Amino acid sequence: MLHVGLAHFLAVGALLFALGAYCVTTRKNAVGILMGVELILNAANVNFVAFGHYSWGGIHGQVFALFVIVLAAAEAAVGLAIVLTLYRHYKTIDVTRAERLEG
Amino acid sequence: MPNAVEIHWAWLIPALPALGAFANATIGKKLQDRLGKGAVHGIAVGAMVLSTAVAWAYFAVMLGTPAEDRYLHQTLWPAFAAGSLRVDLAFALDPLSMMMTLVVTNIATLIHVYSIGYMAEEPSYWRFFSYMNLFVFSMLLLVMGSNFVILFFGWEGVGLCSYLLISFWYTDLDKARAGMKAFVVNRFGDFAFIIGLFALMWGLGGSWTGQKSGGLSLRDGYAASAVYAPLHDGATAAEAEAMTPREHGIAVGPTLDFRELRAEILAPETGILTHLKTTTIFGLPLVAFVCILLFGGATGKSAQIPLYVWLPDAMAGPTPVSALIHAATMVTAGVYMVARLNFLFALSPAAMTVVAAVGTLTAIFAAAIGFFQVDIKKVLAYSTVSQLGYMFMGVGVGATWAGCYHLLTHAFFKACLFLGSGSVILACHHEQDMRKMGGLKDHTPITRWTYAVATLAISGFPVAAGFFSKDEILWKTFTTENLAAPWIGPVLWFVGLVAAAGTSFYMWRSYYLTFWSGSYRGGSGHGEHAHGGEEGMHEAHAPRESPVVMTGVLLALAAGAVLASVLGLPSAWGFTPILESFLEPVTSASRDLLHFSEPGRGLELFFMLVSVGVATAGWLVAAWLYKTGENPRPAAWLAKYAGLHRVVFNKFYVDEIYAATILRAAMWVKDVAFWFDVHVIDGLVNFVGVVVRFVANVDGAIDRYVVDGLVNLTAEAVLASGRGLRKLQTGRIENYLMTALAGALAFVAINYLVH
Repeated sequence: MLHVGLAHFLAVGALLFALGAYCVTTRKNAVGILMGVELILNAANVNFVAFGHYSWGGIHGQVFALFVIVLAAAEAAVGLAIVLTLYRHYKTIDVTRAERLEG
Repeated sequence: MPNAVEIHWAWLIPALPALGAFANATIGKKLQDRLGKGAVHGIAVGAMVLSTAVAWAYFAVMLGTPAEDRYLHQTLWPAFAAGSLRVDLAFALDPLSMMMTLVVTNIATLIHVYSIGYMAEEPSYWRFFSYMNLFVFSMLLLVMGSNFVILFFGWEGVGLCSYLLISFWYTDLDKARAGMKAFVVNRFGDFAFIIGLFALMWGLGGSWTGQKSGGLSLRDGYAASAVYAPLHDGATAAEAEAMTPREHGIAVGPTLDFRELRAEILAPETGILTHLKTTTIFGLPLVAFVCILLFGGATGKSAQIPLYVWLPDAMAGPTPVSALIHAATMVTAGVYMVARLNFLFALSPAAMTVVAAVGTLTAIFAAAIGFFQVDIKKVLAYSTVSQLGYMFMGVGVGATWAGCYHLLTHAFFKACLFLGSGSVILACHHEQDMRKMGGLKDHTPITRWTYAVATLAISGFPVAAGFFSKDEILWKTFTTENLAAPWIGPVLWFVGLVAAAGTSFYMWRSYYLTFWSGSYRGGSGHGEHAHGGEEGMHEAHAPRESPVVMTGVLLALAAGAVLASVLGLPSAWGFTPILESFLEPVTSASRDLLHFSEPGRGLELFFMLVSVGVATAGWLVAAWLYKTGENPRPAAWLAKYAGLHRVVFNKFYVDEIYAATILRAAMWVKDVAFWFDVHVIDGLVNFVGVVVRFVANVDGAIDRYVVDGLVNLTAEAVLASGRGLRKLQTGRIENYLMTALAGALAFVAINYLVH
């Protein structure tokens, strides 16, 4: 019987982070990037909760995870608003096209 | 030692002309342009008049002083000190320098006034007056300086001004060259003068290092207030004490102050006199050596054989300059110096003989050249050389006062003659050749009469001052006992007498050629400088009398030439010569050393008759030959004795001889130096140049390839890295993120691998 321990959670978190990071770095679609960011945040959440459970006990980890979820929601709202503005301005949500500040 | 009178304003006498010179040199041009020439000569003449007034004031002070105390003295400040020598910037007016100062200031003032008329058309009016004032300043330093250094300063200053004024019209190459010649010839004399001065300093125990020299053992720490010092190594304190005067201290030791020198030589206890006589240098007694060298300086400044050659050429200068510098004042500096040092020259019969003999030779030699000159100023120039010869004759035979008296009278009549010639030259439109004059007596009456009076004076008729001074010199020459051998005096007297006859002849010749001899022969001349304006255009218009500023001065000088007789009416006529007694405090220094025989009053009167006789003979011959201008003999004789005439006319080829010997030697040295310069110095310089260029090339290569390379490399590297790094900043957030993640991953990997 496989005993599920901290290492497994961390592995899941790492996998999520890797996928999120891959998504953020490769997507050109602004919404795709925001989704990747969600994945990274949730990877962090997994880690918070896992460490909170296995290392400290108590609810610190879960509280942090809740904060992160709230922040993620706020971030998604702000991010989507930016994407909407971007779209209005450029008629596209391809981030590579938004290059007015490039040096 | 008599008391000196301290005075406080003597410096004004030279300072005023110096101020005038400075003012005209700095703002003269502006003044002339804006206010006219009046402002320029106002400054110059004003300075001269004030200076003259101060001089007369001190003359009055001097007359109010007892004769033995007539030494007005002012020390301004110590000029410098070197070793055992201290030199003050100090002025001294004793009767001799008082006389000189009065002559210089008065004659110079008159000539300044004359120049207003003579130089009226000159564009560089301000420059002329600036130089003239500067000259007077230098001349006053020369005669008023209380020591050799101030005298020498003035001596060189007048030389400089002479140069500046001879080459006043410097755009004319001949005139510029004449100035150069005067300067260079004078340098020869000055060289002798300086060597003489150094020898004297050395002989007195002076040195630049404070060490004793010259074999004279003196106490250290010589100071002006020092009393008699132990005079020889063996002297005891008692001896030294015994020799210490109770009243006045006498300085003993190296000094250049005339009065101190005189005091220490005059007091036999100091041993200086014996020392100067017994020490020999090149086989000559030191005193003779020093005196002959100092006289060498005088031959340059006072135009004696062998250095007289510059003076005739100096006639290239404006005529007032010839009158002031080359007749009345500067050229007498040598005579003044010998007279001032009469106590020194009197110690050496050899030096006295040299002075008298050179003077006499010059007198007859220059008179002979004067016979056939056709340029009126050249006649006067040779006449000046000849008259200076008389002065040296006088001071050389020991008749100091007679030499000085001749200096004084000569200043009047020769200035009058020169200014008269200037007036004639102006009247004849700058023509100087007497053959192109003639008949001027009707056109320029004042010039003619003043010229005649001055000619009477110079040729020795007992109506004007020249007779008395010249005759006194001749008489003293005959009776002198101060020369190396007793027969020399009468021989010199005879030569002098012949020269006097010659003087009378050539002066009357110039008078008749200029003012008589038929009618005016001249056209428009082209003498001293180009005519301004349309005046030069009119050919052959009649000569006219000069303006009143010029004729007035001529009259004043002619009057002076007559009135100066009063100063020296001879003792043979039962008078006491005023000038002789006035100069007594100066000449007393050598009174006991000099002796004259006394053949009696009858002989003296007879000699005067002889003098007048030869002068009359010269006059009559000149009148016979030249008065009408129709006597064929001069031309016939010239044709018959053409060879002799050519030699005399060409001044005995002295200039050519100098050119062939001294000048050629100098030129040879110049050529050698030039060759050395071209081949050795230039070679060295070029070699150094090549080496330097090589080193520079190497250095340049290092600079170009190494230093520049490094600098460029740095720049290139920065540029390249910038170019490379620029690609990193893409502005794409994903790239940055990827890089950050890669970095983090790398850290993790390293962390993992290390542990």
